[in-house]
Amino acid sequence: MGLQRPALEAKISNLLSIPVVAGAAGALVVCALLPQIAELIREQLSANFSPTMAKLAATAIGVGAVVFLITQLPIFLIWWERKIAAHIQDRLGPMRVGWHGVLQSFADGLKLLFKEDIIADGADRFLFKLAPFLVVMGAFSAFAVLPWADGLVISDLNIGVLYVIAITSFGAIGILMAGWASNNKYALYGGMRSAAQMVSYEIPTAIIILSVVVQVGSLNLQDIIAAQQGGFGDFQNWFIFRAWGLNVIGFVSFFICGLAETNRNPFDIPEAESELVAGYHTEYSGMRFALFFLAEYGAMFFVAGVAVVLFLGGWSGPVFSGPLVFFLKILAIVFVQMWIRWTLPRLRVDQMMALCWKYLIPIAFVVLMGAAVLQASGG
Amino acid sequence: MSTQPQYKDLEPDEAYAFKLEDLEEDEMILNMGPQHPSTHGVLRIELKTDGEIVKDAQPHIGYLHRNFEKHAENIDYQGIIPFTDRLDYVGSMGNSLSFAFVGEKLMGIEVNERVQSIRVLTAELQRIASHLLALGTYGLDIGAFTPFLHAFREREKVLDLFEWLCGARLLYNFNWIGGVSHDLPDQWTDRVKVFLDQFEPVIDELHNLLSYNKIFTKRTATIGIIPPELAIGYALTGPNLRGSGIKWDTRKEDPYCGYEKYAFDVPVGQGRFGPIGSCWDRYYVRVEEMRQSVRILRQAIEKLPTEGDVHETVPKRVKPKPGEVYARTEAPRGELGFYIVSDGGLIPMRVKARSPCFVAMSIFREIAKGEMIADMVAIIGSLDIVLGEIDR
Repeated sequence: MGLQRPALEAKISNLLSIPVVAGAAGALVVCALLPQIAELIREQLSANFSPTMAKLAATAIGVGAVVFLITQLPIFLIWWERKIAAHIQDRLGPMRVGWHGVLQSFADGLKLLFKEDIIADGADRFLFKLAPFLVVMGAFSAFAVLPWADGLVISDLNIGVLYVIAITSFGAIGILMAGWASNNKYALYGGMRSAAQMVSYEIPTAIIILSVVVQVGSLNLQDIIAAQQGGFGDFQNWFIFRAWGLNVIGFVSFFICGLAETNRNPFDIPEAESELVAGYHTEYSGMRFALFFLAEYGAMFFVAGVAVVLFLGGWSGPVFSGPLVFFLKILAIVFVQMWIRWTLPRLRVDQMMALCWKYLIPIAFVVLMGAAVLQASGG
Repeated sequence: MSTQPQYKDLEPDEAYAFKLEDLEEDEMILNMGPQHPSTHGVLRIELKTDGEIVKDAQPHIGYLHRNFEKHAENIDYQGIIPFTDRLDYVGSMGNSLSFAFVGEKLMGIEVNERVQSIRVLTAELQRIASHLLALGTYGLDIGAFTPFLHAFREREKVLDLFEWLCGARLLYNFNWIGGVSHDLPDQWTDRVKVFLDQFEPVIDELHNLLSYNKIFTKRTATIGIIPPELAIGYALTGPNLRGSGIKWDTRKEDPYCGYEKYAFDVPVGQGRFGPIGSCWDRYYVRVEEMRQSVRILRQAIEKLPTEGDVHETVPKRVKPKPGEVYARTEAPRGELGFYIVSDGGLIPMRVKARSPCFVAMSIFREIAKGEMIADMVAIIGSLDIVLGEIDR
């Protein structure tokens, strides 16, 4: 007794937030020590299993770790975004559930988990159920080639860049499917807009990625990072500082395209809540809706990751290198994405198209050709 | 005998709805509302779309119909005031002021100077609060979330002042026929001054945050064009009319409550980023009107008479002589007028409200044709409609 109910609740939620905050801190420590941990695991595996089995097990562990990361990351990102939004808007944001609201995402997730799973009458049930999985699959499988440190990547593909370009457009299918299967006009509009948007912005994205590939001469993401190592303070050789400012244009264009690819403001036209209610996920509820959300935050993180790899040196950071540096750099870019989202209005669909076809694609071509000319002249 | 179906034979909605068989290829009917995030209430718009382009848009109103005018025929005059509060529920002070003003005209009451000043103070504060809501939600319609909360933060301060004044935050029942319900509390005007001092820079902040934003001007400055002739033709009033560049303000043209004593300008749309009369012009007029309201408030505080009982002229019983009267005031959304017919009894024989939003809504179909779906939201927001006033 003694404690009043609200005070008791506050006490409990504060106590509960201790493991969460400790877990987050622990995750950062693990992130910092990831190369050593990976080495340890690899030694153990190769000592106990045959080489093929060891490789298979190492990959499985890597996949597990990445999937764990991607599923847990939105919990942090959503809380963080709500905090950023709140402070931009002159308010506090979530404060009640746990210390400074750190348990808010868990509460929201729990709520979504227990919500009724509604499938509208007249919906194409099979496609309706399939769509969120496709979207999540696209967002998750992209992480396979993202390098976290030297030798620390699930699949060190030779054609990593091509894989990135291919897999990021995968989500468009799922979104289009969701819009179509919902049997709702708003969802259909959202799906159509999304397909048009993603297909259009694929082009400048790919061209700008190519401009970096031209400068490196390799499609492997690890090679791209290796080309950026060294120099003053370990950041002089980053591509953003090279080619006399050409890559700065490239980076900004890539960032804008990234916003459009992940349907973030000012390009959140497919889910424009003031026009299309919720766009392609209007009819979704509960866990299926949560999957779309998960995919969005996963894609945001991935696009920021690719930007870091291409222009900001990947895991080879200023002063010291490793997964922690990579992670922090990605978070910095994600922060800018959120900052823009809560500051700018939304473009109209024709303006969004005009921006892509009239401005970004020509700029991307200029960057690509400039990079090629510089490369040919030995710059 | 015409073969056309008679209006009385049809459900009201049916009479105006688009017919499926009238659609051409690639056209689709999209039903926007009455449950939609940005129709500013329970407005339903039927859109005939071709892809993203809107071929035709038909508004359907009446989802918030509460029978105000019929109610008013059964209630005594003072009892109607709370009902008028609920017409334009985000500009209540303006509504009750308008009705009280008409009632006084009917009764032949002259209120004293202090009551007039208090009414100007509350009406201008209400205008600021109402415009803040309109501008904030307009940003929300365009997709900018942050200006909305910044505007609401300021609006809260106005509502706090009102709460201190009369105990209510939204529906005040403040302006009575012949006076106001409460005299100003001690130091209330000082607090208003403090509010004004910190609010004036916020207007510039709003300009920086939203008005001159490139995306915002691109979205709003070329759509929803109302040319001056069209605006007059549809009898638009308030910021919607002034956005088309016509200098007409009831406070200037037909002064009431002693508005002739205050120096203020009437901002009009200039067509800075596109044709005159665009959504951006209407938005901009509202922002600048808040600045003029601040000017009026400062003068009103300066000139506030210290003497005078706010209940001095409140009649014991409102029983006007037979007759009819119409008068109008400048409510936040435009010219709000009441037409009252009295048969000499305790209750009016007929009350008709001339509400600015209803008139503004009538132009929607005209200016919506040919725009895109996203522009529908922008146009509705720029007309600044409140469904409580349209449906009554």
